[in-house]
Amino acid sequence: MAIKRRDLLKLGGLTLIGTAASAAVGGVYTKPQEALKGSRWALAIDVVKCKENRATCGLKCVEVCHSLHNVPSIPDKKKEIKWIWEEKFEHAFPEHEANHYLNEKLHDTPFLLLCNHCDNPPCVRVCPTKATFKREDGIVMMDYHRCIGCRFCMAACPYGARSFNWIDPRPFIAKVNPEYPSRMKGVVEKCTLCYERIAEGKIPACVEACPAKAIVFGDLRNPNDEINKILKERLAVRRKEELTTYPSVFYLIG
Amino acid sequence: MIEKALTGSKKYWLWLAFLGTLIFIGFLCYLLQWKIGLGITGMSRDVSWGFYIANFTFLVGVAASAVMVVLPYYWHNYKDFGKITVLGEFLAISAVLMCMLFIFVDLGQPNRVLNVLRYPTPNSVFFFDACVLSGYLLLNLLCGWTVLHAEYKGTKYPSWLKPFIYLAILWAPSIHIVTAFIYQGIPGRHFWLTAIMAPRFLASAFSAGPALIIILALLLKRVANFDAGQKAIQTLAKIVTYAFVLNLLFFFFEVFTAFYSGIQSHQAPIKYLFAGLHGHAEWVPFMWASYILAFIALILLVIPATRKNETTLAVACLSVFIAAWIDKGIGLITGGYTPTPFETITPYRPTLPEIGIAIGIWALGFFVLTILYKIALGVKESKELRVKYQGVLIKK
Repeated sequence: MAIKRRDLLKLGGLTLIGTAASAAVGGVYTKPQEALKGSRWALAIDVVKCKENRATCGLKCVEVCHSLHNVPSIPDKKKEIKWIWEEKFEHAFPEHEANHYLNEKLHDTPFLLLCNHCDNPPCVRVCPTKATFKREDGIVMMDYHRCIGCRFCMAACPYGARSFNWIDPRPFIAKVNPEYPSRMKGVVEKCTLCYERIAEGKIPACVEACPAKAIVFGDLRNPNDEINKILKERLAVRRKEELTTYPSVFYLIG
Repeated sequence: MIEKALTGSKKYWLWLAFLGTLIFIGFLCYLLQWKIGLGITGMSRDVSWGFYIANFTFLVGVAASAVMVVLPYYWHNYKDFGKITVLGEFLAISAVLMCMLFIFVDLGQPNRVLNVLRYPTPNSVFFFDACVLSGYLLLNLLCGWTVLHAEYKGTKYPSWLKPFIYLAILWAPSIHIVTAFIYQGIPGRHFWLTAIMAPRFLASAFSAGPALIIILALLLKRVANFDAGQKAIQTLAKIVTYAFVLNLLFFFFEVFTAFYSGIQSHQAPIKYLFAGLHGHAEWVPFMWASYILAFIALILLVIPATRKNETTLAVACLSVFIAAWIDKGIGLITGGYTPTPFETITPYRPTLPEIGIAIGIWALGFFVLTILYKIALGVKESKELRVKYQGVLIKK
């Protein structure tokens, strides 16, 4: 049956009304009541505690994060996807490689690496579609539905924090968590500091999962927050400080 | 004018069929990539750009180099370039087309490519690159086609075209500068974070591009009975020589800064590319091949006798082209990703389907180039007075 001109016009009118209505409704977003509120979320990872408990902790932070966020376990190292992982000091801080004394002290200390949620993030600067962007609370976010997979962000990230779905990741997810979306092939992904948990008033999964309570989560801009107290008392370093990306992940080394 | 491309010798059709076959093979490889994902390539989490982006970068230079024939002709009224100007413009068109295709096949989600325009992001160099590349394509199509069409009609090109020609001349360097900015504005990649990246790109472009035009002109002389003119080719050869000397000098500046400063992290990529690092030497033979070819080209170009001889000039130009392709293509990309941000090395080698797709795109570029050149030469030929008298062809 051929569509009549009159019907087509009706359909057009309806579409217009629908668009106008959605435009009127959209743009009004209020944070849920129970959401945690902060202006620059940060993590302080106590690597001293990590080292002490490494034999017994079973790397719970990695396990919980990856299973919660449907991060696939791809055996091929070149195609692997990781949001948080363990690395040796000389790889986490290669600029200190020549300092044998420091190297010797920290050689056996595990360093948990993840997206640094930089205050001045190069990945956000280079993204051609704003698929990766910085939220008001400092979280560097990913929009998997907008990402075109150009991987400019991966070139720009000086921390190697980003993974690309070279193949369909779904067959490599042992047990799918229906609460969180899995990704498709051809998009970049990374840690999003559990924005979905923060919206429900929960702290990031890695922080909660750590049996040694080695990771502290807090708001850097809130002077009364515990994280500020810890960062003042302890010796804290960040990765590749010289690039002035201002990471939000601190490592407490002493 | 298009009718000129529809008639041709047997060789012409065979050549197109050959390119068509390569395009088809490339397309089949791309279907595989479409289905499985970029996982069919040799790229990895650590080396996340490879052969596609390497070819893209190199071809932007080829596209930009058209300005080296257009500028002298229109700005300095250098009449000897009259016959090859359109060759330069049409080369730019096919090169930009290849660039765009190389970007397209490199995307993980190609069906979302228009997101770049739907969500314009001025702080991203990619956004600017997409803008300047498509602008350059349109400008060259407009200028090349209009001028040729005027010639076809036996008139001078319309005066409204002049501003567009000048704009195209100014636009050409911009595409290559913006492409260099993709790399040189990234923190934490020692091999790329250098202010001389854009000048290096321009120097290698203005040597490799005109070198290709010389090769094409010499080829057309044999296969299409088209003589670009001794003087035009010699002037182009001088342009290639100067630009190539600058290109090698710029590379020397990089090496000097990295090694005299003594900063190991700046030396590491150069060491990896030319000598191997931590037991990895995947690209050493290629880089040395590139620089040996560069050295041969340099000698052949600098000595006037070998520059004036068409055979040695052709060898020199071919060497320049291949040397620049290795150096600015694959060397630049793998050097930027090696060592990784963790100071480790993940080797990269393109896979067969990846190379198949790349060859398909090159074939498509040359397919378009062949058709455009066929039209251009057909128009030029039809304007020549030819009389066949008692079986002897007399040309004026």
